Amino acid sequence: MTQLHDPSPPAVQGDATVRLRADQVRLGYGDRTVVDGLDLDVVAGTITAVIGPNGCGKSTLLRALGRLLKPSGGQVLLDGKRIDRTPTREVAKVLGLLPQAPSAPEGLTVADLVARGRHPHQAWYRQWSADDEDAVAQALEWTGIADLAERPVDELSGGQRQRAWISMALAQGTDLLLLDEPTTFLDLAHQVDVLELVRRLHAEAGRTVVMVLHDLNLAARYADRLVAMRDGQVVASGGPAEVITEALLEEVFGLAARVISDPVAGTPLVVPIGGHARST
Amino acid sequence: MAVLDKSSPPRPAAARVAGRPAVRIGPFSVVWRPRTVLVLGIGLAVLVLAMALNIGRGDFPISVGEVLSVLAGGGDAGQRFIVMDLRLPRSLTGLLVGAALAVAGAITQSIARNPLASPDMIGFTAGASAAAVAVIVLGGGAVEFLGAAGLPVAALVGGLLSAFAIYGLAWRRGVHGFRLVLVGIGVNVTLTAVVHWLLVVAGITEAARAYVWLNGSLNGRGWDHVVPVAIALAVLVPAALLLAHVLGGLQFGDDTARGLGIPVDRSRTALLVVAVGLASVATASAGPIAFVALVAPQISQRLVGSARPPIAVSLVVGAALTVVADLIARTAFGATELPVGIVTAVLGAPYLLFLIARYGREARG
Repeated sequence: MTQLHDPSPPAVQGDATVRLRADQVRLGYGDRTVVDGLDLDVVAGTITAVIGPNGCGKSTLLRALGRLLKPSGGQVLLDGKRIDRTPTREVAKVLGLLPQAPSAPEGLTVADLVARGRHPHQAWYRQWSADDEDAVAQALEWTGIADLAERPVDELSGGQRQRAWISMALAQGTDLLLLDEPTTFLDLAHQVDVLELVRRLHAEAGRTVVMVLHDLNLAARYADRLVAMRDGQVVASGGPAEVITEALLEEVFGLAARVISDPVAGTPLVVPIGGHARST
Repeated sequence: MAVLDKSSPPRPAAARVAGRPAVRIGPFSVVWRPRTVLVLGIGLAVLVLAMALNIGRGDFPISVGEVLSVLAGGGDAGQRFIVMDLRLPRSLTGLLVGAALAVAGAITQSIARNPLASPDMIGFTAGASAAAVAVIVLGGGAVEFLGAAGLPVAALVGGLLSAFAIYGLAWRRGVHGFRLVLVGIGVNVTLTAVVHWLLVVAGITEAARAYVWLNGSLNGRGWDHVVPVAIALAVLVPAALLLAHVLGGLQFGDDTARGLGIPVDRSRTALLVVAVGLASVATASAGPIAFVALVAPQISQRLVGSARPPIAVSLVVGAALTVVADLIARTAFGATELPVGIVTAVLGAPYLLFLIARYGREARG
């Protein structure tokens, strides 16, 4: 537990709208509490990256924000209303989410996967409306996989597959997106690829994104706001330059590192010291 | 509606999604899948032909044409008696039972995301069997007293009880397909042991009756067997087709399904109730006919080329499979009529081995 930082909610900048708010949430699985008394505001039109060491409760928090996990204390508010009291289908029209390592049944085509994203807008008698088709076609165009539409998802490369899943979340037509480690299992080039896509979604389509990321340098580069967690608590939150500091890396990750300016983007760049401090 | 705002890249003139042509009539819209329609048509044709052959063949052969004319209201009194009172109800029971088992299998296999998770593999049918055999063996006079209703009701209650026991045992913050299969196989073995114990303690007459029933037989099935399955199908199949809309989402796992706005636990429970109802009523009418629930949905899925067993096609394929198996059971071995369940077992067992071998390879690779 940290004593250094005040866990009170971060101030809302100006009159920006809070889309998603965690209010003193307590989260856990069975008897095990992972997150306790956490506050978080997600402001409209931002990309928020949640960072922190393994097991700090990042994904648990994201699951709670996406109403996959019901808090045992406190509440999650979506546009000011309790998310657990809003019909799940209504939530799905506003908030899309991509779980960590999702799996598709064998043989499912990319088009059928992406079309599944239209579920909240469909009914048994309305399974493929013109709106559905437009949304799916656009989602495929956006992620650049329209030419893969008829390929089975299980035959795609890791990067293509992740694009297909993001397309599904896009086809859902929500302006709020929660992505749980969208870059896991991808090589660096494909990680950058996916995050560029996220940034375009934000910049060109005005999506509000919350994502859990492992790579601090990519998080610093692609997010407007970082939320650093340790032991189920928010230790720091704010712009990348405010959050990624040598003191915080030591405190949150127990990592001795230098922080320099990223020569390309000017964002903070973490250079771990490791054994080199002693050998040189 | 605009999904992305106007600054998104211009969309091609005809925004069509490859592989998903549409049929749209008023508020109704669906993906046009010609292969599914073709398979459905061929399946129905095979089913009608198999029915006509099955009704026609026997000690008093009646040609397919005459069978059809009797069904249309013609034929002489003798033909009418043989067709309408003896052979049609038997074949119809086979058709309905096969359809019910196949739809039940298509649902459970989709929910568990595992081709092995059919009602006859994971204990649902075994629950129905154990209850029915208990009534036959321990019920004594109760069977005669309850008449045709006693056995089906017992089987239905047994099927539901075992299904909820399996679901409860397999539930750990959601149901994982593999866990459902393992728990189900365990319960299946236990209930099978109960059935064997009942057969051991039973008197010779009851044991013989129970044994014939356990093989899954259509012998001597009359209209009183047709009616309960027909009613169950009339209620449960439309329910299955309505709920099937959710199955595609459930297949992605719980988190993704919830993210799509599917009330996962409620939908899955409703679907399981439908599946167990169908499997139990089918088992009650004709005994545990082996492998139809396992094989028919898998064959249908391969014929259609879909990512999960299609409900409507499974229904037709299951019905056709059972009627063809009955035709073989009745006529292929001269004077001896085999129980239909033995034929489906002989046809289905190699397929089960194939599935297990394939599954094992995938798990390793």
